[in-house]
Amino acid sequence: MNEPILELEGLTKVYPGGLKALDSVDLTIRKGEIFALLGPNGAGKTTLIGAVCGLVRPTSGTMHAFGHDLSTDWRKARARIGLVPQELSTDMFEPVHRAVSYSRGLFGLAPDPKRIEEILRSLSLWDKKDERIMALSGGMKRRVLIAKALAHEPDLLFLDEPTAGVDVELRKGMWAIIDEMRERGVTVILTTHYIEEAEEMADRVGIIRQGKLIMVDEKDAMMARLGRTEAHISLANPITALPASLSQYPVEIEEGGTSLCYRGGDGTGRGKAEVADITKALLAEGIDYTGIDVRESSLEDIFVSLLGEEEPA
Amino acid sequence: MISWRSTWSIYTRELMRFLRTAFQSVLAPVLTTSLYFIVFGAAIGGRMPDLGGVDYGAFIIPGLLMLTLLGETTSNSSFGIYMPRFTGTIYELLSAPVGVAETLIGFVGAAMTKSLILAAIILVTARLFVDYSIAHPLLAMLYIMLVAAAFSLFGFILGIWADNFEKLGIIPMLFLTPLTFLGGTFYSIDMLPKPWDTIALANPIVYLVSGLRWTFYGSSDVNIWVSFGITLAFLAACTAVIAYIFKTGWRLRA
Repeated sequence: MNEPILELEGLTKVYPGGLKALDSVDLTIRKGEIFALLGPNGAGKTTLIGAVCGLVRPTSGTMHAFGHDLSTDWRKARARIGLVPQELSTDMFEPVHRAVSYSRGLFGLAPDPKRIEEILRSLSLWDKKDERIMALSGGMKRRVLIAKALAHEPDLLFLDEPTAGVDVELRKGMWAIIDEMRERGVTVILTTHYIEEAEEMADRVGIIRQGKLIMVDEKDAMMARLGRTEAHISLANPITALPASLSQYPVEIEEGGTSLCYRGGDGTGRGKAEVADITKALLAEGIDYTGIDVRESSLEDIFVSLLGEEEPA
Repeated sequence: MISWRSTWSIYTRELMRFLRTAFQSVLAPVLTTSLYFIVFGAAIGGRMPDLGGVDYGAFIIPGLLMLTLLGETTSNSSFGIYMPRFTGTIYELLSAPVGVAETLIGFVGAAMTKSLILAAIILVTARLFVDYSIAHPLLAMLYIMLVAAAFSLFGFILGIWADNFEKLGIIPMLFLTPLTFLGGTFYSIDMLPKPWDTIALANPIVYLVSGLRWTFYGSSDVNIWVSFGITLAFLAACTAVIAYIFKTGWRLRA
């Protein structure tokens, strides 16, 4: 899991108009992981994918995939990389089976009808194999793009907004597909707007903003480091001052003394434990309460707060 | 090292695209050529004298063949690369482990194949209207292949250069077709009054039509080797431009 399969160093892309889409990005992707690249629109996610996949010419920096320099030894590297683009871009007049078989051939592999059948079955496309792509639903079309990207059995797969515009049910189906890829040992790099998606699937998360990678960390470590618990305890009777036994906790009196607010913890469960301790302390002090509302911060909260911190003055 | 499997995939897919539009791709040129033969061969040709000992109906065959060949080859090849750019499907080609060789042999080879099929169909169609024989069939085939290759490459450049459908159509419509009409398709440039016979030599299509006519009837307006030389020079120039495009990624990679 720790073997690096993609290494980007100082990757920079300045478009002819002067827009710096990538600003000295350093990133290492490990074998077998699912890496979620998060960022607002125009942050540079698709440019980063494009640079690795050969769609964008980097201005400077180096890229190595599977030990091959992508600027010189690109054939060997690209043969092992798959890409599912954000847009539903494929020849809509082609039947599904032929489109997927073409992708395999394009990457230089011999025809393998059994493998193509496996891929189509795994994506619930086998029944549609003879249908023209234009006749399929949006979700099915996206699956065809995934099938095309998997046709040459890549070791590294880029999914650019794989669930954009698909309904909740299909989104969950897509997550299951990505999970299957992980089980098969495929390393997945996905960009998404749905933070919930990253929270659900990613091993590591990278946050990119204005072309700069502002944070890369294990998802759980990021949650532990930046996650918070927020609890509101409604009191039966108002209080004017906090009892001394609560002074060690990050608690404040709110709403004219009728409510206590706890903001603390670290995303590992410490917050919930402290809230439990606070309630016990209240009872010990003879302070009755009528309700508790506890909320753990999500990756989305962390994402939003990080972007807020990075916002230029 | 060229990946022949990748090349074959691009080539066969392009041919499949051709077959999908076979009705338009095959019938339209056949119908157009038939109309030319009916109008210029039968209706007007009967009143025309022989040109260089060749019946007028037979005289126009190489010119008509060149007219179709240039138009169809250029448009097949330019559409072949423009459409993936327009629809975004080019991402797959750019992200695949294929280079300029696979791309060119695949796209240009398919455009050439289509053109050669069309050339054969036109020659068969012409036989229905005019009696003719080909003096140098092997040279004729070689010349047709050379012209098809050169204009497939030219079409490929056009398909990369164009950023809208208007640009895609403007070169064949405003330059290629008029130059072919003025390039001796329906007449020998000897028939032109001075100084137009000399000015006509500035039209590169004259050399192509003349070259093909020589392979058919053994006589032409221009020396056959000059025609071959100009065709080869055009082929080399187009190849150099495409090599530059792939090296720099112009209009292909952002």
